[in-house]
Amino acid sequence: MSGEIYQELRHSLLSGEPVGLVLVTRVADEVAALTPLASKLLVRPGATVLGTLGEPELDRVASRDALAMLERGVSGTRHYGSRGEARREEIEVFVESFVSPPKLIIFGAVDFSRALVDVAKVLGFVVTVCDARPVFATRARFPKADEVVVDWPDRYLEQVGPSLGPRDAVCVLTHDTKFDVPAIIGALATNVGYLGAMGSRRTHDKRWERLLEAGASEDDLRARLMSPIGLDVGARTPEETAVSICAEIIAVRSGRAQGAMTPLRDGSGPIH
Amino acid sequence: MKEILSTVDNWLAEGKRVAIARVIGVEQSGPRDPGATMAVSEDGEVAGSVSGGCVEGAVVTEALEVLATGVARRCSFGYSDDQAFAVGLTCGGTVHLLVEPLDW
Repeated sequence: MSGEIYQELRHSLLSGEPVGLVLVTRVADEVAALTPLASKLLVRPGATVLGTLGEPELDRVASRDALAMLERGVSGTRHYGSRGEARREEIEVFVESFVSPPKLIIFGAVDFSRALVDVAKVLGFVVTVCDARPVFATRARFPKADEVVVDWPDRYLEQVGPSLGPRDAVCVLTHDTKFDVPAIIGALATNVGYLGAMGSRRTHDKRWERLLEAGASEDDLRARLMSPIGLDVGARTPEETAVSICAEIIAVRSGRAQGAMTPLRDGSGPIH
Repeated sequence: MKEILSTVDNWLAEGKRVAIARVIGVEQSGPRDPGATMAVSEDGEVAGSVSGGCVEGAVVTEALEVLATGVARRCSFGYSDDQAFAVGLTCGGTVHLLVEPLDW
């Protein structure tokens, strides 16, 4: 009943491997015989393209574009001529990129980290807790974390930093400048999309000075560092704070973390 | 799509035919982004969603017709004042779907 494309898509989704689906969503009448509605291609990096849109040149162009979109983790609509020509409209496709889940690295194996692991898992993050102190960074203290690592933040980021991208997040919760500063400096050297650091206003001010002394650029810090971390929802407990941090991660990703965040009731404009 | 796989697997294992409805475009406001997927079995069972619950009932009807004819179709659900009783998104947007039999 279901065929090879579904089986391979299913396999990739379950194993977390990147996969892209090209789906014909509109087709001009004169080419519908060659390229029926719902024709599809399945693309995976380094693997053979499955399926066909009915015309080899169209397959070549569409799969090339879909692989490029998969690399950037974006989905969207594209238009082609019947033989894959650009700037033509005979064929509309929807390209869906299924990419691996976003990563969250938490530096500091503290109580707030445990709550943050729990909330971030609800949002689908793959979560790593990293702390240089082996007594704190234990699997038993963070049962829901995907990984618990005993290492210094800067050394760990040297290793995994290149894999971090715009969908990923780094939260620095140690409260200790000797861990905080190298963690933040290390994270600024990556393309991570969200970087936040916990601390009171006072901690924040002192840490800011240390970061500048350590060579961080003020422009970089202002543009990228969310510190003190979290949205101002009045959180007190570790769990409430975790919700406030995750809400900020969502707000940064969706470009809403500028200026005052207000209840939807008190704003205007579109919600979605 | 991942969230509907286990349910779809169960239906397929029971020998049921399945239709997939996928959001392929949203105009203005829409509760689910393109890529949101809903599966409908030939018995009218549902997994996943394509809106906030506004149009799922109509999508089941479309999906059952698609299974009956075996032919994929594109359909859109919007909102306008002169269609006060038609199915639509209460948020004022339009959602475009492709509904197809899972035969690939």
